[in-house]
Amino acid sequence: MAATNIETWQSATVIETLPVATGITRIVLEPSMPVSAEPGTHIDLMVEIEGEAVKRSYSVVESTHGGTRLVISVMKAPLSRGGSIFMHSLIPGARLDITQPLQNFPLRVGAQRYILLAGGIGVTAIANMAAVLKRLKADYTLVYVGRSRNAMAYVDELSELHGERLETHIDDEGSSLKVPELVGRADASTELYMCGPIRLMDAVRRSWVERELDLPNLRYETFGNSGWYDPEEFIVRVPKLDLEVRVPQGRSMLEALEDAGAEMMFDCRKGECGLCEVRITELSGTIDHRDVFYSKRQQRLATKMNCCVSRAVTSATGAQSDAAHAGPAVITIEPN
Amino acid sequence: MTVVAPTSSTTNKVLPHPLNAWYVAAWDHEVTRKPMSRRIANRPVALYRTEDGRAVALADACWHRLAPLSMGKTMEKDTIQCPYHGIVYNSAGRCVSMPAQETINPSATVPSFPIVERYRYVWIWMGDPTLADPELVPDMHQMTSDEWAGDGQTIHAACNFQLVLDNLMDLTHEEFVHSSSIGQEELSESDFVTVREGNKVTVTRWMHNIDAPPFWRKNMQDKFPGFEGKVDRWQIINYEAPSTISIDVGVAKAGTGAPEGDRSQGVNGFVMNTLTPETDRSSHYFWAFMRNYALDSQLITTQLRDGVHGVFGEDEEMLKAQQAAIDANPDYEFYNLNIDSGGMWVRRIIESMLAAEGRLVASA
Repeated sequence: MAATNIETWQSATVIETLPVATGITRIVLEPSMPVSAEPGTHIDLMVEIEGEAVKRSYSVVESTHGGTRLVISVMKAPLSRGGSIFMHSLIPGARLDITQPLQNFPLRVGAQRYILLAGGIGVTAIANMAAVLKRLKADYTLVYVGRSRNAMAYVDELSELHGERLETHIDDEGSSLKVPELVGRADASTELYMCGPIRLMDAVRRSWVERELDLPNLRYETFGNSGWYDPEEFIVRVPKLDLEVRVPQGRSMLEALEDAGAEMMFDCRKGECGLCEVRITELSGTIDHRDVFYSKRQQRLATKMNCCVSRAVTSATGAQSDAAHAGPAVITIEPN
Repeated sequence: MTVVAPTSSTTNKVLPHPLNAWYVAAWDHEVTRKPMSRRIANRPVALYRTEDGRAVALADACWHRLAPLSMGKTMEKDTIQCPYHGIVYNSAGRCVSMPAQETINPSATVPSFPIVERYRYVWIWMGDPTLADPELVPDMHQMTSDEWAGDGQTIHAACNFQLVLDNLMDLTHEEFVHSSSIGQEELSESDFVTVREGNKVTVTRWMHNIDAPPFWRKNMQDKFPGFEGKVDRWQIINYEAPSTISIDVGVAKAGTGAPEGDRSQGVNGFVMNTLTPETDRSSHYFWAFMRNYALDSQLITTQLRDGVHGVFGEDEEMLKAQQAAIDANPDYEFYNLNIDSGGMWVRRIIESMLAAEGRLVASA
C-alpha cells in the first residue's frame, strides 16, 4: 500500500503488556481491521485524561502476521500531558479506539547508505526500519542513544538482531554520542533517519546544515512533545475574545484555549503544518518553540507561535527549578 | 475499498492483479524530461527522467491538494514541481521546496515507486517497496540481446489483463482470429504439452510437415530466398508470473531436425509480451517481435512490427468484445476446455500471489 494519512478508526484489544525498560511498557494490540504496518508508521489512539477522550500518537514498533498484532511502547513521562499515565494503566483485555497505521515517516527503499539514529523512546519509530533494512541487506548503521542502559528499551533484542551494525551511546557509561562525528560519516548518498529528543535532533540538523548535506536526506518525524524547556504553567490572554486562560503543565495552549471556548484553527497538532499559528502581541517570559514549522530566524523573532506544541516559560536555563518565582509567564495573543 | 472474499475460483472473470510484482510502466524511450502520466494497477503514476537520466515514478498527486504532478515540470537535478502551488519534490518523493514558508513540513512526501530499467522497459513495483527485489524482473533478455533484433508497440487493451494472458496461453484461436496471417487448421488439430514449474508455465506445440501460413512463408523467404515447401512449425509459450509471456515461434524446412533441436534450416522469432494492469477492465499490453536472422535489416524489423501490429489488432477487437460480453452477462459462468490448461495454471499462480497479499477477490 502506498503511504496514507487517512484515518480509519477501529477497535483494538490489548493482548499483552510488558515492562521493557525503566518506565517503558510494551503493549501488544490486536486490531479489529488489521492491515500490515510499514516501517515508520504510527497509530493514533484515544486515551482518557480526566474522563475526557484525547488523541495520542505512538509509533508501531513491530507489526506481525499482516498487522494482526501491532506493538507499541510507551514511556511514562510525569510531565506529559497525561496520555502515558493512561497507557500504563492498561491491562490485557482492555479495549481501545485506534487508527489503522498512519504514515508520515516513510522509509525510502533504494538509498545507497543509511544511518538510523534513535534517542531514548525514539527507538520505537526506528526499530521497524532497521529490521526491514536488514532483510533487504541494505548498507545501514543503527545508532541508539540513551541516558542509561536500563532506561533503553529493546537494547538486547536490537543487539542480537543487528550485531555490529548496532552502535550504542550511553551517557552514564561515558560513551555519549558526538553528533559532528556521526554526521561526518554521512555523504551525499546517505539518508539519515532519526527520532529522539529535540535537542539531539536539533544538534544533528545543525551539523547536517554545516556540512552542506541535502536537507531532504535528513528524515525525522515529530510528535511535538519534547522542548528546550521543561513545561511550566503559564497564562495566555486573548483580548479579542476577552479571554484569560491558564495553561497547565500537562495541557497544550491550543487545548486550553479550546477548553475555554475559543474556536481555533489547527490541523496536525504536532508542530508541522503551521495552521494553529497565533500572533504574539505581548510577552513576559520566553517562548519555548517546539514546532518544526518556523525557521530559527522566525523563532528568534518571537512574534508568532504554533500553539499546538509551543509554550511560554520563565526559566532561564530550561530546568524547572530555575523558573522565575515572580509568577508564571504571561503571553498575549491574537488568534488567526 | 477492496472487498476480500475467501473464495478461490479459477474461472474468476475479472481477476485482480498482484501488486507485489514488477510491471512494465513504459518503454524506455517514452520516459523523458517532460513528465507523463500513466495509470498502473488502478493508480495514476507520474513518470519522468532526472537531469542525469534516471527514470523516476512518483504518485501522480501532490501531497498538498492532490493536483497531478505530471502536469508540472521537471526542475534541477532530480526534482519535479507541482503545477498548482509550486511545491517541489525530489526523486524520493520528498518535498524540497514549499511556497511561502522558510521550512519544509517533514511529512510532505508523495509515494515514490521502485524502478528498474531493463530490456528496453521501465519496470515499476506498485506493492510493498520493502519486497522490491530487482532480481524478480521477468526474463525478457531477447529484447536487448545482440543475437536478436526487432521492435514492438503498446496496445491499450480494453479488458482485464487475465483475458490477454488467456489469449496468449492458448494459440488455437489463431486459426479463427488470424486466419489470413498465422492461422491454420493444424493448430487446433495438433497435440500440445503443458508443464508448470513454480511461477512458470510452458505450453509446447509442434506441427509437422505442414504448409507454412503466409506470415511464416514470407519469413522463410527472407532467410531462404525462393523457399517453397512443407515446414515443421513450433510454438513454445513461456509464461513467467505475473504477466510476462515470451513465445518461441518458428518454422523450419520439414524433416530437417528442428523438433530434435537443429533449427538451422528455419526461422525463429520470439513474441515478447508483458501485461500491465491499468484498471480492472483495461490493460497496457507491451509486445515486441524479436528474430534471430537478418539482424541488420531495419526493413524486416519494420515489416515484422507492422505485420504483428495487424495480427494483434484482431486480438484487440476480440478482447474488447469479450470484456463487454462478460460485463453484460454478470450471471453467466466461464467454462473450461482441455486447451485452457496453460491459462488455468496461470490463473492458479496469480490466485496464489493474490492470496499471499490477502487480496483474492471474487467479483463480477
